[in-house]
Amino acid sequence: MKKNLLKKAVLVGLTALLLAGSLAGCKSSQDNADSDTVTLTNVSYDPTREFYEAYNQKFAGYYQEKTGKTIEITQSHGGSGSQARSVIEGNDADVVTLALAHDITLIEEAGLIEPGWLEEFESSSAPYTSTIVFLVRAGNEKGISDWDDLTEDHVEVITPDPKSSGGACWNFLAAWQYAKQTFNGDETAMKEFVSKLYHNVLVMDSGARGATTTFVENGQGDVLIAWENEALLALKEYPDEFELVTPSISILAEPSVAIVDENAEKDGTQEAAKEYLSWLYSDEAQRLAGEYFYRPSDNTILQEFSDVFDLNVELCTIDDFGGWDQAYADFFSDDTIFDEIYSQ
Amino acid sequence: MKKKKKEPMQYLLIGTGTAFFLIMLVFPLAEVIFRSLKDGLQVYSSAIIAENTLSALKVTLIATVFAVLVNTFFGLCSAWLLTRFEFRGRQALSALIDIPFSVSPVIAGLAYIMTFGRMGWAAPFIRWLNDLLGTDIALVFSVPGVVLATIFVTFPFVSRELIPVLQTHGTAEEEAAVMFGAKGGYIFRKVTLPHIKWALLYGIILCAARAFGEFGAVYAVSRARGKTFTLPLEIDALYMAGSAESITQAFAVSSLLVLLSVIMLIIKQVVETVSRNRLKVQAQQKEDKPCM
Amino acid sequence: MNKNKTYGKRILPGFGLTMGITVAMLSLLILIPLSSILLYSFHMSAKEFLALILRPNVRQAFLTSASCALIAAVINCIFGLNLAWILVRYDFPGKRLMDAMIELPFALPTSVAGITLTKMYSDQGVLGKLLLKAGIEVSYTKTGIVIAMVFIGIPFVVRALQPVLEKLPKSLEEAGEMSGAGRGYIFRRIILPELMPSLLTGFGLALARGIGEYGSVIYISGNSEKQGTQVVSYIIMQKLNSGNVDYEGAAAIALVLLFISFLLLFFVGIMQAAAGRRTIQ
Repeated sequence: MKKNLLKKAVLVGLTALLLAGSLAGCKSSQDNADSDTVTLTNVSYDPTREFYEAYNQKFAGYYQEKTGKTIEITQSHGGSGSQARSVIEGNDADVVTLALAHDITLIEEAGLIEPGWLEEFESSSAPYTSTIVFLVRAGNEKGISDWDDLTEDHVEVITPDPKSSGGACWNFLAAWQYAKQTFNGDETAMKEFVSKLYHNVLVMDSGARGATTTFVENGQGDVLIAWENEALLALKEYPDEFELVTPSISILAEPSVAIVDENAEKDGTQEAAKEYLSWLYSDEAQRLAGEYFYRPSDNTILQEFSDVFDLNVELCTIDDFGGWDQAYADFFSDDTIFDEIYSQ
Repeated sequence: MKKKKKEPMQYLLIGTGTAFFLIMLVFPLAEVIFRSLKDGLQVYSSAIIAENTLSALKVTLIATVFAVLVNTFFGLCSAWLLTRFEFRGRQALSALIDIPFSVSPVIAGLAYIMTFGRMGWAAPFIRWLNDLLGTDIALVFSVPGVVLATIFVTFPFVSRELIPVLQTHGTAEEEAAVMFGAKGGYIFRKVTLPHIKWALLYGIILCAARAFGEFGAVYAVSRARGKTFTLPLEIDALYMAGSAESITQAFAVSSLLVLLSVIMLIIKQVVETVSRNRLKVQAQQKEDKPCM
Repeated sequence: MNKNKTYGKRILPGFGLTMGITVAMLSLLILIPLSSILLYSFHMSAKEFLALILRPNVRQAFLTSASCALIAAVINCIFGLNLAWILVRYDFPGKRLMDAMIELPFALPTSVAGITLTKMYSDQGVLGKLLLKAGIEVSYTKTGIVIAMVFIGIPFVVRALQPVLEKLPKSLEEAGEMSGAGRGYIFRRIILPELMPSLLTGFGLALARGIGEYGSVIYISGNSEKQGTQVVSYIIMQKLNSGNVDYEGAAAIALVLLFISFLLLFFVGIMQAAAGRRTIQ
């Protein structure tokens, strides 16, 4: 009798496992290029939610027309670094569209993406770009117009933690570039400048989206150092509450895209993945990017949006810092410049 | 309870307790509900019936059902073992079972990733098993992964409710049944189960309530919105989407979760009251006819 | 009750079976995954390990987590005792509802709790505005962390105390009253010692939960290294999410956190054993 009960229990347990398994099985059996439905997983970062929602719809129509197949796209969003990590750990992404090339390099180093991905698509595999700007409260009471205003006493700054968010590194590097030009490369003065700036940081969220929420929703701080697309989106959401300030110098943020070769091959989605990322460069998609406040990489289309974006701001690129690996080694690894200026 | 007339001390204690209760528990709850209804019922209901919300609800329910099944089975076995037998290391085993209570959910997620994830040391073994069975089951970033993480955080709930009841109840009746030649399963069903059924139900309800709400551990192994997201993850995603509308939606979905939890907790309360009354009746019956 | 059982001779069936199942499931679902953390932190040399743990920000995070969790646990003990007492001893309107809602923090997703508390206590929020007038800032300070930890820890204390209070014979107090002892004296000398093991159990569990807490804390803390509002879980996530994913570092810090949890559990185990003995007497 007791054995009977246990048998039952074991049976229940086994059925449970089988059921769970079949659930997973269902999902993967759909990932088949030969059937009429293709399933693609796009692992992206936080601020692209709205853009890809719109893009996926348009792309599905285009894909249906071109190949006669239905495409279903699963989106995944989060902090860029943690998203990259999730792919390394087994998140079954067919394509990644992350905030910085470095995060994709991490996946490449794990052996999931073949080297040379940076040249696979146009403009260094960055179909749209952005830059770093300031968002201030309506009226701009503290009179913020450039980076040096952020170091004034009593200015409360909101920016995410570069040690936990890749996107936040762009913010730091933009400030550093300003200091470099202002102090003619005098490293002591530059460190003092960014140190002052980061000591004005009131709340250091773990990611860019969290920082925006803190500033916009919870009403903290006088100025948010933000991605241009995030700032413009906030302006659109809350028309009379904020103003956008473009600093004299900023950095060209290049969110990169790549096919995750190992997963795409396994799922039989190489072709669809390639189509998905290539179509980002089509005129229609480029315009869509512009509408969602990303700067299109296509120069003619970018000019169409000249009333939205300040195209005169001086932009440096990550190459001015010797690429991401160098930037991490110099600034963001333990006991390098960021730790030094922050603990001063 | 003896009825006494209320004294100042009593009023004071009820006052401070209620104040704490209101500020710490009721206010946050009210805030959630207030914000979810801010933009009217239309926004509220559209948030609830959104495709992603329904998918998240489904995954949440799947995870909860499995967590309850597995942990009930485990709870019964471990409680029997820990209360019916003396053996070396019993105390240690009992402490080990409680680990998930005190382990940070962040660590739980990390542990699963480091074991079953693509980089984990158990990954080759899982691949081998999948090849062998011709399946493609992933234990992370999949519904089974969500189930596992949920099982982890709710692991001790059932056994913890059962142990004290079995302990106070003693083994005399069961031993007597053994003397009469009854088999294990029969003893369990006819002698033990009637005593513990309310505690069991209580444990199951607590386990389910906790399973609904888990965020940290599940977040580590679930990234696909609309596929493997649970309600708490969906809420986080909505909130992080940042627009005023989606934040309201986030609170609307939260209120759904709160509603689920409150229903669970009320069922729990009813169960508790019923079981207490039962016990009283039983105690009276025992007094009426002294048995054995 | 365990007295009438003898070592070595087991009357009841199912020892081997339940032992097998318990140990197998425990290992498979809990211990083996957790041991991976140990495994990963072995990738570091002892020197690197120490250097990492002793870094100022890591030390500060442990200090913050531990001190805030300690304060929160103490607050929870006071109000938990208060709540358990009125729930067991007194009748008042809404008592049932109150009893039912004590476990709400278990059920509310920690992220929702975190977001809601942050909003309520930020200087734009309902309670935050009031407290600001009194000169108290809550959101983005250690006070905020403590509040989040009080929220998640309260059910542990109340639920640990309730059953014991229910069993505590009223005659004890009445005897005390009759012999003319003051109420404070009765509470300190008669009731509190009886409750102590359960109170400490609740204290230990709330403390353990608070030290490891992530979801409800990160939104309200502001995560400022300078103001010491980074908690240990945040540092672990920071190691994982930074540009140079640092699994070893994260595992090493997680290991220390695990070790602290074990110590607390061990302490709780002793308390529970003590509580068990007390009820048997």
